[in-house]
Amino acid sequence: MSGGQEITLEFELKAAIFDVAGEASSKTKRVLQQIGIRADVIRRIAISAYEGEINTIIHSCGGVMRVVIFCDHTEISFEDQGPGIVDINLAMQEGYSTASDEVREMGFGAGMGLPNMARCTDKFDIQSEVGVGTKIKMVVFH
Amino acid sequence: MKLIEVQRVLDAEVVAGIEWMDKEVLTVCAADLMSEVLAFAQENTLLLTGLTNLQVVRTAEMIDLVGVVFVRGKRPCPELINLAAMKNIPLLVTPHSLYESCGRLYQNDLKSCEEIGDIR
Repeated sequence: MSGGQEITLEFELKAAIFDVAGEASSKTKRVLQQIGIRADVIRRIAISAYEGEINTIIHSCGGVMRVVIFCDHTEISFEDQGPGIVDINLAMQEGYSTASDEVREMGFGAGMGLPNMARCTDKFDIQSEVGVGTKIKMVVFH
Repeated sequence: MKLIEVQRVLDAEVVAGIEWMDKEVLTVCAADLMSEVLAFAQENTLLLTGLTNLQVVRTAEMIDLVGVVFVRGKRPCPELINLAAMKNIPLLVTPHSLYESCGRLYQNDLKSCEEIGDIR
């Protein structure tokens, strides 16, 4: 951490594997605790990572979650292999969701994932192309 | 209010984390939507829910919920109980409904977790 060294964590997220959904965010949280990041900062990183992890598992054909921890900020990014979001503005609206009944029964798919991620982070960028995939990059300052 | 008092007020059974019953509860959140819990719960929040899947424990872990109460006598599966024990998250089961449970805790001066608005 000191001297400009960063810690990189990378997790493969498989589509529709709900049993382990949250494991990547859980490991991320543990690392942040071990290196002594402030609790309120960890909380914001954990929420945005977890919502992103759940989103990727629910909606995508599979993807990667990458967390890079710098001394003064953490970057959390997601990159999936499709199917992509048709209307990003609509997806960013609280309450809008395309999730299945199975996902809703798990307590998700309420259309709050992306807004929650944007609210918890200092920088939030989402790019999506139908048929290609979605990329999300978030930054939380420590 | 400590978890041990929550247990008494809700006639609840402790199914995980009995060693954490002296934890202090400051606010309560009652929801089946985990995204709402992630959006609105604060520190030392107790969750009351009718959901009994693994994501309840994951959510509790992410935002350091003080514990989870399953309402209407819904018992979580052993896998969920084991995960909660591993993550040091106390689990209680109350025979009362969500509405009754909220009413009892509110009468005992436990208030709702308010909307945070801007978490930053």
